[in-house]
Amino acid sequence: MRIGYYPGCSLTSSAREYDESVRAVCEVLDLTLVEIPDWNCCGASSAHVASEELALSLRARNLALAEAAGLDEILAPCAACFSRLASASVELADNPQKCQAVSEVVGMPYSGGVKVLNMLAVLERFKDEIAAKTDQSFRHKVACYYGCLLVRPTKVAQFDRVEDPQSMDQIMAAAGAKPVRWSSKTECCGTGLSTITRTELVANLSGRIVADAAKREAVAIVTACPMCQTNLDMRRPEINQKLQEEHRIPVLYVTQALGLAMGIDPQRLGLHRNMVPVELPEPEPEVVTTDDDDED
Amino acid sequence: MSSISHHDRQTTSLANKIQEVTGVALQNCYQCGKCAAGCPVAGDMEMPSCQVLRLLQYESPDYDRRVLESESIWLCLSCDTCHSRCPQTINTPKVMYFLREEAVRQGLAHPKSKDAQAFHKAFLGSVARHGRLHEIGMLMNYKVRTGHLFQDMTLGSKLYQKGKLELLPHGVKDKAAVKKLFKRTTGNKE
Ligand code: SF4
Ligand code: SF4
Repeated sequence: MRIGYYPGCSLTSSAREYDESVRAVCEVLDLTLVEIPDWNCCGASSAHVASEELALSLRARNLALAEAAGLDEILAPCAACFSRLASASVELADNPQKCQAVSEVVGMPYSGGVKVLNMLAVLERFKDEIAAKTDQSFRHKVACYYGCLLVRPTKVAQFDRVEDPQSMDQIMAAAGAKPVRWSSKTECCGTGLSTITRTELVANLSGRIVADAAKREAVAIVTACPMCQTNLDMRRPEINQKLQEEHRIPVLYVTQALGLAMGIDPQRLGLHRNMVPVELPEPEPEVVTTDDDDED
Repeated sequence: MSSISHHDRQTTSLANKIQEVTGVALQNCYQCGKCAAGCPVAGDMEMPSCQVLRLLQYESPDYDRRVLESESIWLCLSCDTCHSRCPQTINTPKVMYFLREEAVRQGLAHPKSKDAQAFHKAFLGSVARHGRLHEIGMLMNYKVRTGHLFQDMTLGSKLYQKGKLELLPHGVKDKAAVKKLFKRTTGNKE
C-alpha cells in the first residue's frame, strides 16, 4: 500500500524522532510513504494572522502538489499540520468555485479531492498487522494522550469521539500495551499561541497532564502531536519546578512506542532525542486467561 | 455590571462586525457558562470567554473597548473545548481570533500581546523566505524583535546536541511559487 506523506517543518527538525519512527514503523507495516514533492509549510497558527487567504493558499499548494503526484490521501503525522491541511481540504471539497480561486493564487490546478489523515487514522487501519508484528511483550501501562487537534474542531478533524477518544488506546492495546483510563486525554497542553511567549502558563497546563498520567501509574505518555510532545517532554524542568515534584515519566510518540513493541532498534526510532530519558520498567506480568475469563 | 439602555446600541458594534466577518451570531449565546467551565485558561483570564461574549452582546462602545483592551483575548489557546461543548455551537476561538486582530487594528492590543505578535511576524518571515519554517532563524529573529535574547539559551544548545535544530534552512525548491503566493494574498506585507 502507498500513501502521500507530508512531514511538515517540525518533523524535519525539533520533532525529527517522530519522522524517524513513523518511517521505521510504516516500513514494518509495508506502507510506502510517498513524500509530497516540494511541500511547503502549512502556515501553522501564524498565517491567518496575516490573511485568511494566505493561510488557505499555503495549505492548498500542498494539496495541489499531492494531486499532481497522483496521491488522493496524505498522511500528516503532526497533529497541527493535520488540522491545518484538513481544514483546507474540508473547505475546498465540494466547492469548485473556491478551488478555482485558490488554484489561481497557487498557480496549480486543484480539484478538491485530496483527503488528509492523521497518524492514528492511518494506524487504525493496520491494527491486525500491528498485533501480528509484535510479540505482545510490551505489556506497559501507557497513558494515551490525544490533545486538542486530533479531535477538535470536530468538523475539521472528523475523527474519533471528541470527549473520550479510543483509537490510540486500541492501537496501543493491539501492540500488547495496557492503556490506562484517565480523564486528561483531550486536555489542552497549552501550545496555542504560547509555547514560547508564555512558558509559565504552559508549565501549569502541561503539568496537570503529566501529574495525572503519573497518578494513574502509567510508565509512559504516548502522543501523536509534536506540540504536545514538546510541551510535556522538553518543558519538563519547568513543569517539575511548578509542581514541586520530580516526574520522570517519558513522553513517546505513538510510533516510537509501537516501534519498541515491534522490536525496532531504539536508535532508529530516535529515542536518544527525547529529553526525558526513555527508561521503561519491567512490563506488567502476563495475564493467563482461562476459559471462563470472559472479556467484555 | 451596570445595565445599558438599548438606545446606546451602535450599528458598527463589534458584535455586528463579528457576525459579518466570522458568521458567528453572538445573540445565540444564552450564557450557560459551559464554555468557561471547561476552558483551560478561564482561571487566568480577568474575564472568561462567556463574559467576553456577554459584554459584546450589549453592543456598547465602552464594553467593546473593554474587551479589546483585555488580556483575556490573548490568552485563548484555540483549544476549541468551548466550541465543541457549546449547546449553541458558538465558535468562541474564532471570535477570540477576530478580537485580537481588531485590537491590533485599533491600536488597543494589550501590552503583553507584543510577544505573540512578534512571534507571528518572525514565523511568517521565515516561511515567506524559505517556504518552510527554519526554526533557528525564526527564533533568532523573534528574540531580536522581543529582546528576549538569553531566554531559553541552555535549552537551545540541548536541542542542538539532540540533533533537533538545523543550522541551515532547508527550504522549498520553487521559492518563486511561494513568493508569488505571499504576494498575491498579502500584498507582500511580509
Ligand atoms: S457554552 Fe455557548 S451558549 Fe453557553 S455561555 Fe458559552 S458560548 Fe454561551
Ligand atoms: S478555545 Fe480559548 S476560550 Fe475556548 S476553551 Fe480553549 S482557551 Fe478557552
